Amino acid sequence: MASLWEWANPHKFMTWTAKALPIISIAAAVVTVIGLIWGFFFTPDDYRQGATIKIFYIHVPTAMIAINAWLMMLIASLIWLIRRHHVSVLAAKAAAPVGLIMTLIALATGAIWGKPMWGTYWEWDPRLTSFLILFLFYLGYLALWEAIEDPDTAADLTSVLCLVGSVFALLSRYAVNFWNQGLHQGASLSLDKQENVADVFWYPALVALFGFVLMFVALVLLRTRTEIRKRRVHAIELRERVQG
Amino acid sequence: MPDLGKYASDVLAAYGITAALLLGLIALSVVQSSRVKKRLKAAEERRKSDG
Amino acid sequence: MIRLLQRDLILALRAGGGFGLGLGFFLILVTLVPFGIGPNSERLAAIAPGILWLGALLACLLSLDRIFALDYEDGSLDLLATAPVPLEGVVAMKALAHWITTGLPLVIAAPILGVLLHLETAAYLWLIVTLLIGTPALSFIGAFGAAITVGLKRGGLLMSLLVLPLYIPTLIFGAEVVRRGALGFEVATPLMMQAAITAGAIALLPFAAAAAIRIALR
Repeated sequence: MASLWEWANPHKFMTWTAKALPIISIAAAVVTVIGLIWGFFFTPDDYRQGATIKIFYIHVPTAMIAINAWLMMLIASLIWLIRRHHVSVLAAKAAAPVGLIMTLIALATGAIWGKPMWGTYWEWDPRLTSFLILFLFYLGYLALWEAIEDPDTAADLTSVLCLVGSVFALLSRYAVNFWNQGLHQGASLSLDKQENVADVFWYPALVALFGFVLMFVALVLLRTRTEIRKRRVHAIELRERVQG
Repeated sequence: MPDLGKYASDVLAAYGITAALLLGLIALSVVQSSRVKKRLKAAEERRKSDG
Repeated sequence: MIRLLQRDLILALRAGGGFGLGLGFFLILVTLVPFGIGPNSERLAAIAPGILWLGALLACLLSLDRIFALDYEDGSLDLLATAPVPLEGVVAMKALAHWITTGLPLVIAAPILGVLLHLETAAYLWLIVTLLIGTPALSFIGAFGAAITVGLKRGGLLMSLLVLPLYIPTLIFGAEVVRRGALGFEVATPLMMQAAITAGAIALLPFAAAAAIRIALR
């Protein structure tokens, strides 16, 4: 049986993603649009939140992806440091801008929702603050990638930063919790159905979440392909410089 | 169009910002992808013609 | 190891920038705050714990590039990396030297500057204690940040972007203890949390920093 790692061979990766990417992209677009249209047009208003409940169909999926994208980067960085799979670290690099944008969307939609509901765009609430901190970590990670010229050095150093950053991101999360009790409600999409919002809101949100996840996968694959190609161009140009 | 009541501007702004950011990210990714694809093609052809 | 510490301390002293610059920056920052906030002494007292901690943190940050940059430029870092001492130990010694030249003077100066900001009498003890516990973490985290940006041409600004988010937990717990101390509340929990962060940073970050230096020197 072929090893799991075969999938991470750059050549193999390019072959299977070339086939999978169009399918995933189309699926992502279709599912996201269905989820959001369902949520936007065919759900009632919440009795307390009114029409602002519709923001929740974007806010919750993007927020979940924002966190899990960092988790994925952490795992990919670890795989790179341990097994030296180039595709792995390039996937981490490719995921960072997507995570950054998702964090930004979660922050922006949260702020817009907060104004009518809490009476303020921004509150130094633990969850909001943690997301702002997460945003800073994404910025730092991307800035380090940009700053280092040699691709392997950049891959190593950003991976180390990702590891250390993860520990500190977690620490910050607890520190911030300690520092200010918040007004943000608890998790709205946990698997434990008791805590969840009503079914009418839950199902479209779940579809939207699935769509956003597919979109994340499609974007990461596309960007990883770009990074692999960039690496190849870099290698060819280097060889030309040596010969020429 | 559903009736969004007094929150119409908030909801629409949230969807608008999200659409703008996501489409921007997608457009950027696609443009980068095609640009790198072209560069790679050019580089590989140069290599071939050099022998 | 001890020799290395001595060498770094002597170099810092000879260069003149050692004790002076960080302290000067701290003083200027604290002087500027009332100009921005207004001279109302109650308001200043309320924000004094945060300002003093922020000032210490920024003063620490400004001197971080000294840790490795000079040694990297003149090649002595390569020698140290190939020397028969563990690079982790070298990093720890350099962070310690940074703390002695930057962190320790800040601890001593902070209470004096606290007077300027009308810090509550009850808070002085906690200000000194938290700075004493917290500034080593700032130096060790900073050493990691300096290590990861060591080979870069414009590493300074990037380093602040990387290091400042890592300072968040230390800052939160440090300022929280002083704030609670000023009001006479219980301070044990945040104090222990801060001590734990410092202990963890001292124990683990030299390994990460040494790994980063090895990568950068490759």
